[in-house]
Amino acid sequence: MKLMLNGTAREIDAQTLADVLVAEGLGTAKVATAVNGSFVPAGLRATTDLRDGDAVEIVAPMQGG
Amino acid sequence: MREFYGTTLANGFMLGTAQYPSPAILADAFKRSGASVATVSLRRESGQDRAGQDFWQMIQGLGVHVLPNTAGCHTVKEAVTTAHMAREVFDTKWIKLEVIGEEDTLQPDVFGLVEAARILTEDGFQVFPYTTEDLVVADRLLHAGCEVLMPWGAPIGSGKGLNNVFGLRAMRAHFPDVPLVIDAGLGLPSQAAAAMEMGFDAVLLNTAVAKAGDPAAMALAFAQAVAAGTLAAQADPMEPRDMAAPSTPVIGKAFLS
Repeated sequence: MKLMLNGTAREIDAQTLADVLVAEGLGTAKVATAVNGSFVPAGLRATTDLRDGDAVEIVAPMQGG
Repeated sequence: MREFYGTTLANGFMLGTAQYPSPAILADAFKRSGASVATVSLRRESGQDRAGQDFWQMIQGLGVHVLPNTAGCHTVKEAVTTAHMAREVFDTKWIKLEVIGEEDTLQPDVFGLVEAARILTEDGFQVFPYTTEDLVVADRLLHAGCEVLMPWGAPIGSGKGLNNVFGLRAMRAHFPDVPLVIDAGLGLPSQAAAAMEMGFDAVLLNTAVAKAGDPAAMALAFAQAVAAGTLAAQADPMEPRDMAAPSTPVIGKAFLS
């Protein structure tokens, strides 16, 4: 499936948002997710189906002021 | 000390976690600072470097309250989505709400700020809005459900200190029961002390410590300034006056001319 993952066009073998996290090695990581600009809670990742062209954002804790 | 959404902090020092030369120096600066709150953020994570995971481990080890921000957000939608992601990742209702309105000054878009604050408050967030010293905006934020206000001292990262002392004093006087935090623009410990002496409840700063030649030493300097300013405010400072008033009694002075 063709996705925009964190702003980069990627071809990823995935059906759901949870699949993307596993494929990226972030299956158990401390991250939050959004699809097409909308927040997707962790509990809904496994049931959030993706389509070609979807924009997926995966974010994690980072330094901030 | 006023409570921040029911939480009493050990002191009025909130410190940012960005821009330090290394994670070790960041940790050392926090240790020396004794800061009660650490601000953090969210950024894109890749499976290769997993930088966020290491950072989170370190922050948890600091033993401080975590205040995630929505830095870099320019729209209500962006800020609200970021807040939701932060709540899940950091497991806190606290959110330092930034909706940036202007690139050169990084001043808040106060219209978007009020709107985002209302949306987030209704959704159970405890919002710390990064705002200006404008009293009308402050009033709108309180009506939107905010119980803390964070007026800027000066533009973020500028180190200019308290740009509008009159406006900040007015804000303190106008909202005597609202916890107020000077957020952004502080460059020197003396400015933090001045803010606390004016009766502000806390200061939030980052660049002044992180970009100092010796961040740990500067963190300690700010901690001492915050403590001094807090004590001074509690001690009820004297009123300034225009004319001199002798401090040494004149009665009984020897007549020597």
